[in-house]
Amino acid sequence: MVEWVRPQRVGEAISLLSKMPLDHYQIISGGTDVMVTQRLSMHQKNRDWLDLSAIPDLKEIEVHDKGIRIGAGVTLSALRRHPQVQKFWPMLAASAAVTGAAPIQNRATLGGNLCNASPAADNAPVLLAYGASLEIAGQQGSRIMDYAAFHVAYRKTALAAAELLVAVHIPYPPDKSVSLYRKVGTRAAQAIAKVGVAACFQIDAAKTIVQARFGIASVAAIPCSLPTVSHYLQGKKIKQIDAAIVRKGITHDIAPVDDIRSSAEYRLETTSRLIWDAIQHVE
Amino acid sequence: MCEYFVSGFDVFKVRFIMEIYKRDVGAVVDKAQPKRVDGLSKILGTAVYVDDIELNDVIYATTLRTASAGGVVEEIFFDPALDWSEFIIVTAKDIPGLNAVKLLENDQPVLVDRVFRHAGEALVLLGHSEPDMLKKALSHIRVHEVPLAHPVFDIDEALSAENKIIPGNVYSDYLLEKGDVDKSFDEIECFIDARFITPSQEQLYIEPQGMIAILQNDGVLRIDGSMQCPYYVLDALEQCTGLSKDLLRVVQTTTGGAFGGKEDYPSVIACHAALLAIKAGGKPVKLVYERGEDMRVTPKRHPSRTMLRLGANRAGELQFIDMDFAIDGGAYRTLSPVVLSRGVIHAPGPYFCKNIRVRGRAIATNHPPFGAFRGFGAPQSIFALEVAMDQLAAKLAMDPAEFRRKNLLRSGDVSPTGDILQNDCFAQDALEEALRVSQYYERQAEFKHWNKQNNGTVRGIGLATFAHGAGFTGNGELYLASRVLLQAHGNGQVEILCSNTEMGQGAATTLVQIAADALQLPMDKIHLAQTDTTRVPNSGPTVASRTCMVVGELVERAANLLLQKLMTEGGLSKLYSVDEFADACLRMQESKKDLLVSASYQPPAQMLWDENKFTGRAYSSFAWAAYIAEVEIDKLTYETRILNFTAVQEIGHAVHPQIVQGQIEGGVVQGIGYALYENVLWNDVGVMANDRLTNYIIPTTADIGPIQVVLMEKGLGAGPKGAKGVGELPMDGPAPAIVNAIQQALKMNIDQIPVMPELLMKLACSERVSQ
Repeated sequence: MVEWVRPQRVGEAISLLSKMPLDHYQIISGGTDVMVTQRLSMHQKNRDWLDLSAIPDLKEIEVHDKGIRIGAGVTLSALRRHPQVQKFWPMLAASAAVTGAAPIQNRATLGGNLCNASPAADNAPVLLAYGASLEIAGQQGSRIMDYAAFHVAYRKTALAAAELLVAVHIPYPPDKSVSLYRKVGTRAAQAIAKVGVAACFQIDAAKTIVQARFGIASVAAIPCSLPTVSHYLQGKKIKQIDAAIVRKGITHDIAPVDDIRSSAEYRLETTSRLIWDAIQHVE
Repeated sequence: MCEYFVSGFDVFKVRFIMEIYKRDVGAVVDKAQPKRVDGLSKILGTAVYVDDIELNDVIYATTLRTASAGGVVEEIFFDPALDWSEFIIVTAKDIPGLNAVKLLENDQPVLVDRVFRHAGEALVLLGHSEPDMLKKALSHIRVHEVPLAHPVFDIDEALSAENKIIPGNVYSDYLLEKGDVDKSFDEIECFIDARFITPSQEQLYIEPQGMIAILQNDGVLRIDGSMQCPYYVLDALEQCTGLSKDLLRVVQTTTGGAFGGKEDYPSVIACHAALLAIKAGGKPVKLVYERGEDMRVTPKRHPSRTMLRLGANRAGELQFIDMDFAIDGGAYRTLSPVVLSRGVIHAPGPYFCKNIRVRGRAIATNHPPFGAFRGFGAPQSIFALEVAMDQLAAKLAMDPAEFRRKNLLRSGDVSPTGDILQNDCFAQDALEEALRVSQYYERQAEFKHWNKQNNGTVRGIGLATFAHGAGFTGNGELYLASRVLLQAHGNGQVEILCSNTEMGQGAATTLVQIAADALQLPMDKIHLAQTDTTRVPNSGPTVASRTCMVVGELVERAANLLLQKLMTEGGLSKLYSVDEFADACLRMQESKKDLLVSASYQPPAQMLWDENKFTGRAYSSFAWAAYIAEVEIDKLTYETRILNFTAVQEIGHAVHPQIVQGQIEGGVVQGIGYALYENVLWNDVGVMANDRLTNYIIPTTADIGPIQVVLMEKGLGAGPKGAKGVGELPMDGPAPAIVNAIQQALKMNIDQIPVMPELLMKLACSERVSQ
């Protein structure tokens, strides 16, 4: 028999986690990933369930003067429909809208998408490009970490034992900024990304790139950014940008592979084309 | 409390759905469009599929399979750490009859004895009351296999391989020949020479395959399951169990889709379940496949490669069609010869051409056997021809529609098989109608303009013209000698007894409608009897778009016989009410007169076919079609999107227009999948690697775009009121129409499907390099 526990406060959940050995509980929120995994891995030992869906704090969206705080348990449907998310963080509304399909979005949560830690996670590139940070709760209280440091290896996150992701913080994009998100999936809905690209450029009055931040899905073991390209673009105007150097930087920064969904060749080429296309939008 | 909430919700949901259903049906119901007889039970989820059947004391079953792509099984080792006495174990040694799946040839074993030809062949069957114990047991059996040194998975490699699976690695080698291709080649003005590849395709019916078997106290072995062809299953059981047919009973359960995938393989599962049941001491045995197992082991569409030369004169008249068409049959013959024959006959398309040579071969490889799938060989050869037609049109600098117009068959023309076409020839009509309703020329001009502008996409419009023959090929229907019974009862109810199955396609509704129409009774007075071989006669398999046309005609004829009988023996007057019909039935019953009539297949008059020379009339009726696809391709990612799809077909007569439309829309969607998404990947032992719905990609409603279906009804088909078969037709056209649209948009030749972005990107990049 497996146990199903459904705490109503974050503290309660942390305390349950801390009392049990690591991996005792299978944490579940919307269940759109873990229910499928559970069904497919027949030989896995059945773990007890820790259900986060009854914790009201995790469901909250709060827009404040510095940005937005999105509870980890907020569903993708809620995100894609949220007027302020649509207005200030349109890439996030867009990525939520192309995750799975409507029934998945009704259950799936932003926190779940990040903690499932798939390199193909649809909302990961956008959060990287927006420079999001995460609020993580543990026994000693909460800590804030850069989202860029969250994914440490293939399907491994920086969450320690008895820690929970409770919220995602995203600052307002700078006043003058251009952002673009594009998912290339295996089909128009219910698709896992072959490539997902998010780009956010901060530009000044002279249209010089002050900062360029990227997030890419499905081109490495973890959702990744393009540090070489970002560094190269900083301080440049469109006309000064050399396509060959950008492409070389992309090749350096990502590590696409051949798998059942696509080829390394296609992923590299498509990423390069989409990044180059995004850069053109700065003008 | 929680339970109450859930059931309360379900009741609400059910009521809500019923309301919608009633409202909708109420709006569309007229005489020609009655609601589906199986509709409500499927909407409400009350239809009982094989896995839903609850059984007492049931034995669950699983299958241990070979791991290598062919070889020899030296030893099967059962780990003594496990108590095997709790299990029912069946191996080849336990087969009482012949260890061969009955089909065209007895080459495929029911269970591997020693030598095997592909990975995934059934070797050991296990039964146990606990499913978890089966999983455990599988890990406690070790099989010592000596794998085949050089398995082959490619058609041309198989032909040149040193060690053959069967002599020459060729199951069948056919030749369709008309005129003199070699001579005409010497005089040719314009030709193309191309090589086309089509992949396998998984049927992906909603319900995976499964069977229940029980050896009853009376000695009868009963099989219940999901299937298209109950009499195929019966014949297979007779051969494998050695039991006589009066001790065998096959019952079809509600079947959740088939598309050909449940034509031959249910015989294998039925034999497996039966062998376990024979050792199960009267307990029922349930053998139901998980989706992954179903995708890995059951037969799919034959991959093909076609070498094709197509020639025309400068005026755009086809001068020759020269095709070397080969399909991968997999490791056993199964249905490959008949799939090949249909592929060969459909290969020259609906065109008039004096010189035609189609050589067709079905090749043996070490893949699991390929089998029936909607279209049955025709989508493969039609794809090659139709894409080549556009490539030749481009070379002639002629519009593809104009090129087709010049060459499509007309009444009085001699068909590729040497048959003189009578009035039932509507290839030209279908083309003109498709051009008209799709506004082909306007769209073409718009797209040209669009492509010149600096848009993120390019657009193209492409067409395919084709015909599909309904029913068994050539003399097949004659050999089948189908028979249908109609049984009236004293209460005025009439039962249709036939072996054709409802599998989601609407056969139950259509057949009931045909009988109701002939008997002038409301549909609720007619009932399609459950397909149970102890009750229904053999009216042939539910395949080849034959049910409505061939069996429907038998139902209509039987209904007329029943009326005659009631009028001559039961005193029914020429004009009668429903009650008077019932009264006549009652009078017959009371005077102990039988209320059973039968109708048997009679071939149409001019139906002469030479199956050795491929000459004569191959099918009693062809349906004619022209499909037009409008596509848009992203210039950055090379993703293709369908903007619009137009499907025009002449189908004789639509018994139930809404069901026909559904068939066509469904077939078009499967064709879109074949063209753009469905990519069966093979692992290193030749078994399907992408065996899940997350990685075997079929189109969703978000991918298909609007589909415009136009039905033309000229009433000359062999079925009721001139109906023709339509089930397979819509599978033939979408892939070539879509590929032709892509070729036009990108101005490049494409010779394979699925046209995934990866393929287009590679073609575009290599073109850039070569420039």
